[in-house]
Parts: sequence; C-alpha cells; structure tokens
Amino acid sequence: MAKVVGEVVIDTERCKGCELCIAACPSKCLSLSNSINVHGFQYTVQSGDNCTGCASCALVCPDAVITVYRKVNK
Amino acid sequence: MSDIVCPENLVYKKPSTLKDAIMHYCPGCGHGVVHKLMMEVVEEMGIQNDIIGITPVGCSVFAYNYMDIDMEQAAHGRACALGTAVKRLYPEKYVFTYQGDGDLAAIGTCETMHAANRGEKMLTIFINNGIYGMTSGQMAPTTLEGAKTTTSPYGRDVETMGYPLRISELIANLPGVAYVTRQAVNTPANVRKCKKALKTALEYQKQGLGYCMVEVVSNCPSNNKCTPLEANKFVEEQMLPFYKLGDIKVPEGK
Ligand SMILES: Cc1ncc(C[n+]2csc(CCOP(=O)(O)OP(=O)(O)O)c2C)c(N)n1
Ligand code: SF4
Repeated sequence: MAKVVGEVVIDTERCKGCELCIAACPSKCLSLSNSINVHGFQYTVQSGDNCTGCASCALVCPDAVITVYRKVNK
Repeated sequence: MSDIVCPENLVYKKPSTLKDAIMHYCPGCGHGVVHKLMMEVVEEMGIQNDIIGITPVGCSVFAYNYMDIDMEQAAHGRACALGTAVKRLYPEKYVFTYQGDGDLAAIGTCETMHAANRGEKMLTIFINNGIYGMTSGQMAPTTLEGAKTTTSPYGRDVETMGYPLRISELIANLPGVAYVTRQAVNTPANVRKCKKALKTALEYQKQGLGYCMVEVVSNCPSNNKCTPLEANKFVEEQMLPFYKLGDIKVPEGK
C-alpha cells in the first residue's frame, strides 16, 4: 500500500466545473462528471485512486468546494 | 466512506469565515480564490471580529455576501476614501479595501493615490484582471497593449489609448507606502505565496507601518471569451511577463 494516501470530498452542488482543479492535480486523479448538478454544471469527481492529499486542487478552487484528507500509512 | 476521510487526516477545508453562499462569480474566476485566501488568513489570525472590509463597484461588489466579517460597500472607486474614514474611526481594527482594476486604476486612481500617499494604515487588495468584468469587457487602464476588448476591438493602441498602467510600481514610490507586492492565483504555488503576502500585509498594518497593497494578477474567462484554463494560460503567458510577480516595496529592515 502506498505510504501516503489521500482522498478529496467535493461539494458537488457548489462546484461550477471550471476544471482548474483537474489541471492542478499532479496525480491526475480528478475528472469531470458525466452528470450535472442542480445548477446545471458538470462537477469534479475523484476518478483515480492515486491521490496523495497534496491539496493542489483545493488551493486553486475558486469556490472552496474541495476538502482534502491525507493519511500516512505506518 | 474510506478510513482516509476522518478529522485527524484533514489537510484542507473551506475556512469557516467564508460563508456557504454560492458565489455569483463566473466559473474559474480569480475573485473566488482571493476571497477564500483572505478568509483563511482572517481565520488563522483569529481576527474575524477585528477586521473591516470595503467592497468596490465591479464584479466583487457583493463580496460582503461571502466574507463573514464586517464590510461596507463604497461608491465606484472610492473604497480607499471610505477605508480611510473607517480606519481613522476604528484605528484598532484591521481595515482593507478590495478593488478591481476598473475601480482602483480608472475611476478611483485619485482616491487610491492619495490614501497611499497619506500612508493610511490599511491594506488594499487590488485584483488586476486587465479588463472591466462586471460591465462586460471594456478596456481597463491595465489592459495589455494590443489586447482586444469591447472598447478596443482592434486591440489596445498605445498611441491613442495610452500604455497599460503598472499601479503597484507607481504606488511604491510614495513615502507613505510600506509594502507593495504583486501576486497571482493561477497555480497552487502562486496561491500559497499570495496568501502569505496577505498575511504579511496585515501584520505590517498591525505594526502601523503604513499603507500596504497586494496586487493579484487575475483572470476574467467570461470577458476574454475563453475557458478558465485558457484564461489562466493567458495570465501566465501574456500578463505575468508584463506584470512581474514579487515584492515591489518592503518596509525597511524587513
Ligand atoms: C460612477 C459609475 N461609473 C461607472 C459605472 C459602471 N461600472 C460598474 S463596474 C465597472 C468596472 C468594473 O471593473 P473592475 O473594477 O476591473 O472589476 P471587475 O468587474 O473586473 O472585477 C464600471 C465601469 C458605475 N457603476 N458607476
Ligand atoms: S465577469 Fe470576469 S471578473 Fe467578473 S465574475 Fe466573471 S470572470 Fe470574474
């Protein structure tokens, strides 16, 4: 198991699908959903399991919709 | 939910000082990032009840709907005049103005320059997106040479429209000014640096060093008629070579 594993929780109803987080993610584990939220936006979802919890996505998110967790496996 | 998502593993969450209201900004707009950073700084410094913000006229006119602090809204361009009044009435409070480049560098140049020159002990957050956002894409004083806008449809011609104005460099020459820095929020690294600059400026305000300005080179995807990713590419490739990032003035001995 990877030493550092991360996971993001995305407030999909507040996401506007700008895709800045997707481009900022160094592990390329985010993508746009196939469905839309109540405002009509496609939203970001975590599609890969190689997230390291670096929080790059959350930093560039203009709507502060991403919460980031990181676990260090001993 | 996985065992990763639990409170002890939390590395980032929205600051509690940023309201849950959905911001009206266009997808990918830098205004949201800067609102969030400022509220992170307010939360970390524990000054939610000790800071007063002044909003401009422009897209960020409604910033008071998002920042959970005391705020007032100024007439177009007059944020620094209102900020002066607020700071002089409440010298123990932190005061900041939040202004776009149309607001600050066009209609409000006079108020901004004089507040800076008087050394008013406040912070101005200057969002330079190189265009008038709210009114749908007219040329701003900061619009780059050659850039097409609704009022410079053939590109900004400096012969007739003047040169893009580097406000930060101008302001830095004034003796009342303590700290001027130019930042951006187009990459995670720049976001981190911008937050640090905002915090530094508030610390200098606390020390009574003088007027501080944090310019943020930002984007306006809607009026540049492109995607947020393309807008940030424009910032990186076109704006940052002209509006160079970094500290322009730091207080002596800092
Ligand atoms: C006295 C006055 N003149 C003009 C306007 C129209 N107006 C509203 S916002 C704006 C410019 C906004 O541009 P900027 O400050 O760059 O902010 P942005 O919307 O790009 O964030 C103008 C000219 C106004 N509201 N009041
Ligand atoms: S018009 Fe431009 S500055 Fe205004 S919210 Fe939209 S992207 Fe942001």
